[in-house]
Amino acid sequence: MAIDREQLLHVARLARLELREDEVERLEAQLNDILAAVSKVSELDLSDVPQTSHPLDVVNVWEADEPKPCLTVEEALANAPDREGNFFKVPPGGSS
Amino acid sequence: MIDTLRLTAEEAWRLVDAREISGAELFAAYRAAIDTRDEELHCYLHVRDDPGGNGLPIALKDVIGTKGIPTTAGSKILEGYLPVYDSTVVERLKAQGLRILGKTNTDEFAMGSSTENSAFGPSHNPWDPSRVPGGSGGGSAAAVSAGLAPWALGSDTGGSIKQPSALCGNVGLRPTYGTVSRYGIVAFASSLDQVGPVARTVRDCAFLYSIIAGRDECDTTTVELPQPVELPDAQDLKGLRIGVPKELNEAEGIEPGVAEAARAAIAKLEELGAEVGECSLPLSVDFGLACYYLITPAEASSNLARYDGVRYGFRAAADERLEMYERTRDQGFGDEPKRRIMVGTYALSAGYYDAYYGQAQKVRTVIKREHDALFETFDALVSPTSPTVAFPLGARTADPIAMYLSDLLTIPSCMAGLPGLSVPCGLSEGLPVGLQLIGPQFAENALFRIGHALEQAIGFDPVPERLRG
Repeated sequence: MAIDREQLLHVARLARLELREDEVERLEAQLNDILAAVSKVSELDLSDVPQTSHPLDVVNVWEADEPKPCLTVEEALANAPDREGNFFKVPPGGSS
Repeated sequence: MIDTLRLTAEEAWRLVDAREISGAELFAAYRAAIDTRDEELHCYLHVRDDPGGNGLPIALKDVIGTKGIPTTAGSKILEGYLPVYDSTVVERLKAQGLRILGKTNTDEFAMGSSTENSAFGPSHNPWDPSRVPGGSGGGSAAAVSAGLAPWALGSDTGGSIKQPSALCGNVGLRPTYGTVSRYGIVAFASSLDQVGPVARTVRDCAFLYSIIAGRDECDTTTVELPQPVELPDAQDLKGLRIGVPKELNEAEGIEPGVAEAARAAIAKLEELGAEVGECSLPLSVDFGLACYYLITPAEASSNLARYDGVRYGFRAAADERLEMYERTRDQGFGDEPKRRIMVGTYALSAGYYDAYYGQAQKVRTVIKREHDALFETFDALVSPTSPTVAFPLGARTADPIAMYLSDLLTIPSCMAGLPGLSVPCGLSEGLPVGLQLIGPQFAENALFRIGHALEQAIGFDPVPERLRG
């Protein structure tokens, strides 16, 4: 499978990356090399093999639902690039 | 006079306990070494003044969150970020009185094998500064080898502790997945990321592991260790069965000098009383890299979605919100994170998910089963850690796939959640070669035992030749 320029720009939009023109050109070649290499996984017939998403057999770890200390509002906002009162401030929304 | 190049953490701990040296003197000795040598090596991104106290100093890879101390993950997108809480591993170090010397250099978001992907410039190998220290945790490994820290923490996703330890000539442990908390660690690929120790000796490595390991209620993927960590002292390996997987030892691209050093070390294991036998991982090595480079970009594309310029870190100027997200991410991320975000987003997108990500998760099952089967016969597996010795800066930067091959031998066991210990086993072309010991899950004590006996038998001098007095 190969990725063309249009798909690449679509994926970049999904990933919220505004790529510069020189990056688009470089990435197109590199992504196709990488995808060709990783497509090797399709050489194996694994229709009967289950997926492994996690290396340990740990399932449903429950905790008691008790309030515990957490970050204060000031701590949560301490690294904000911009704020207004107790809110993170961002530029107004655009088309999407 | 404290010789930071030779002092082990164990000996330093003893000297401090016996009040033969003070914590302040010890901290000052490492700071002086940093001031002398780090301009050339660039192991550290941030160095700290003595916070007081009497415990040993330690260096931390800059993906480990530290309250009030910059934590950048080697990325411009986290420039200026000051965590408001400590990661669990840092809390545990502080509870033992350990004091943070500084934060060490890393490939951006731990993505790389040389530190050349750091937004703040590469680190250099203390054995030969024209070469890389490995990566992603090259800063921690180089700092330990150059006497700029008695020990350090790194993080490992596909080889980022073991490979730099091999290239710098020290001991690095990638622990069993789930034994060390990831709470407060900058996430790369959550089903693989593990924090682990880097040290000058196997005993130091084991001791540091004992401090950080164990269940943490803030990380539900963690478990309690089934047995406490034992500091190794046995000199022989009687009763242990060690497997030599053909594919990990004869892979294309292993340098002859590296293969030779590993063969000599394996012969040594046999002399020490271990039963050594050949075995095979028919699919794990062949398919490991492809599996890894689908699963980790997929997880990374999800983990790195949080860097949007809203809550912390860098924000690019823009009049409109979507433009702000896209511009922040374009300007804040370097080439490698962008490549992986793109690959991951593509591999997870509708229509490709089953063929790429789903199939890779199945390959992961195959890899895990192959390893499990070998551990019915063997207590540990052995191979070179890295196919090559430290390579020159710039040698692999233009070709992402050549760089990815640096981790060919470390990746398969990581996919299976297995512990791996890299111990120095000799030199090739005057540069260190690391031997990788892989065990079943929770077999760290066996790896420490084998590593320690081998270390004693080989008598490798971990001080880089050019720094010996």
